[in-house]
Amino acid sequence: MAHRNTGYHEGDDTRGSPEMWRVVLFGAAAGGVYYLARRTRQSRRQRPADSAPQYVRQHRSGGYAVTGRTVTIARPRNEVYAFWRDFTNLPAFMENVRSVDVTGDLTRWVIAGPAGSEVTLETRIVEDRENDHISWRSTSGSDIDTQGSVSFRDAPGGRGTEVEAQIAYVPPGGAVGRWIAKAFQKEPAMQGRRELKRLKMLMETGEIATSSNRRPNA
Amino acid sequence: MRALTWHGKHDVRIETVPDPEIVNPRDAIIEVTATAICGSDLHLYDAVIPGMQRGDILGHEFMGRVVDTGAKSTLKKGQRVVVPFTISCGKCFFCDKQLFSACDNSNPVEKQDVTEALYGHSVSGLFGYSHLTGGYPGGQAEYVRVPFSNVGPIVIPDGFEDEQVLFLSDILPTGWMAAENAEIEPGDTVAVWGCGPVGLFAIQSALLMGAARVIAIDEYPGRLALARKLGADTIDFKQTPVLEALMEMSGGFGPDAVIDAVGMESHGFAPDTVMDNIKQTVGVGADSGHALREALMAVRKGGRVSIPGVYGGFLDKFPLGALMEKGLQIKSGQTHVQRYLKDLLDRIREGELDTTFMISHRLPLEEAAEGYHNFRYNQNDWTKVVLKP
Repeated sequence: MAHRNTGYHEGDDTRGSPEMWRVVLFGAAAGGVYYLARRTRQSRRQRPADSAPQYVRQHRSGGYAVTGRTVTIARPRNEVYAFWRDFTNLPAFMENVRSVDVTGDLTRWVIAGPAGSEVTLETRIVEDRENDHISWRSTSGSDIDTQGSVSFRDAPGGRGTEVEAQIAYVPPGGAVGRWIAKAFQKEPAMQGRRELKRLKMLMETGEIATSSNRRPNA
Repeated sequence: MRALTWHGKHDVRIETVPDPEIVNPRDAIIEVTATAICGSDLHLYDAVIPGMQRGDILGHEFMGRVVDTGAKSTLKKGQRVVVPFTISCGKCFFCDKQLFSACDNSNPVEKQDVTEALYGHSVSGLFGYSHLTGGYPGGQAEYVRVPFSNVGPIVIPDGFEDEQVLFLSDILPTGWMAAENAEIEPGDTVAVWGCGPVGLFAIQSALLMGAARVIAIDEYPGRLALARKLGADTIDFKQTPVLEALMEMSGGFGPDAVIDAVGMESHGFAPDTVMDNIKQTVGVGADSGHALREALMAVRKGGRVSIPGVYGGFLDKFPLGALMEKGLQIKSGQTHVQRYLKDLLDRIREGELDTTFMISHRLPLEEAAEGYHNFRYNQNDWTKVVLKP
């Protein structure tokens, strides 16, 4: 079949100069950007809050840096709660926690700092609902101003327990503060993610996976 | 102990390294009696899989004798076992669903960050592979630490030679799962790209599952001859245009199911392959995917696509339109080895599966580097290399 020109390709002389088109396109683009910016500002005001936890979209709150993470553990809720509630279990999966000392509602934490240093933290339990929720807050004698919470929910479909941990803190000044800020803020979710996954490994399998084929310090 | 270690592209060496120890309660230590070089080891040899480190011990197809056990291992010293290349905890959601290569708990936490960034989720640990999958020391060595030894290894009864059962560790279940993923129906025509060990086992498996006809595609006469011996028809892509041939051979239908047993290092001289190879060479994480593109074009409407071939990153010019418009189904994945072990061992015992015909060379472990070189560059004659420590 022979090729036929369609009307669409004809009449180049009516298209105008390239300069004119550039001006028209630039104007249209600028107008579009203004329109989109206005629309976004308006629609943000009008949008209802979505169902995601706040720490997913907001990493600062009232002077605190905020991070959080959720993991599902294939164990019953009471078992996971009980394991966490005994804070002396936590160093088993929190790699920077050197020791935990519990006296009533008060807990003293020794955390590994930069270059072999140690950071001391004292927290008080603010709220404790069995098999449901624990929250804590640092006391005035701590090196760090921090508060945190952990919630335990039944996972759908009999998958075990959803554990949601959140932590908020104000880094102190000085070298230690800079180190903490770096450790937490460089990859805000990483530390929490690693620790919750270690908890999951420990609770589901009784051990924490390692590819090392030699015992540490052996 | 002596072990084969990775030092960079085309640089593997036998070295003396510390013996492994029991680290976790469910560990066992295996003294390796036989191990093999896998086609996917060549992806490491060619340095196209990210996340390798100098000194990593390679090897994920191995078997041997239990010489030490942790407090919670169910194995006993002296037992002879074949070890799956996938490391699986047996306790998580995924293991519970028999999706062993998706295990949540076997990839060490500090290794999961990069894998999550690359794939959205971390995947199970694997022996002797990239640090994306744990960086576990592998089986081309005298001894191996086997984590979760109560879940993976299958105890081999007396009466089997090592070579009869060694490939339960990877390529036999991988070929079997490839055919299973093709959801073969009686009367089907199945096309298999790649007549390496996985492709050959996929051919055997597809015929056992009732395929009326299997068409095998490769360029090496030696490998095509092995496929013919199994009962497959063959296409030599060096002399025959594959798409056209498949259409003609299937009466204009196209194969009902296609299996890509080639993976990310597809070669030949198709224009897309040349572009892919340039991108792989400059290291932008690109996979070479000529075989997969061709398979998607060849498969009939509503057909099934099974991908046992290994891909690690991103594939350009993926014919997504063919997938959507023809209504295709794709199934893929690292093999859920533990799911198939018992059944396949029974089939070996019954003589349904021939597991030794593809072994072309047997070498002492000390000569493993030579084995890699030849398996890579003399693919016609070197179809499978078994190493003995």
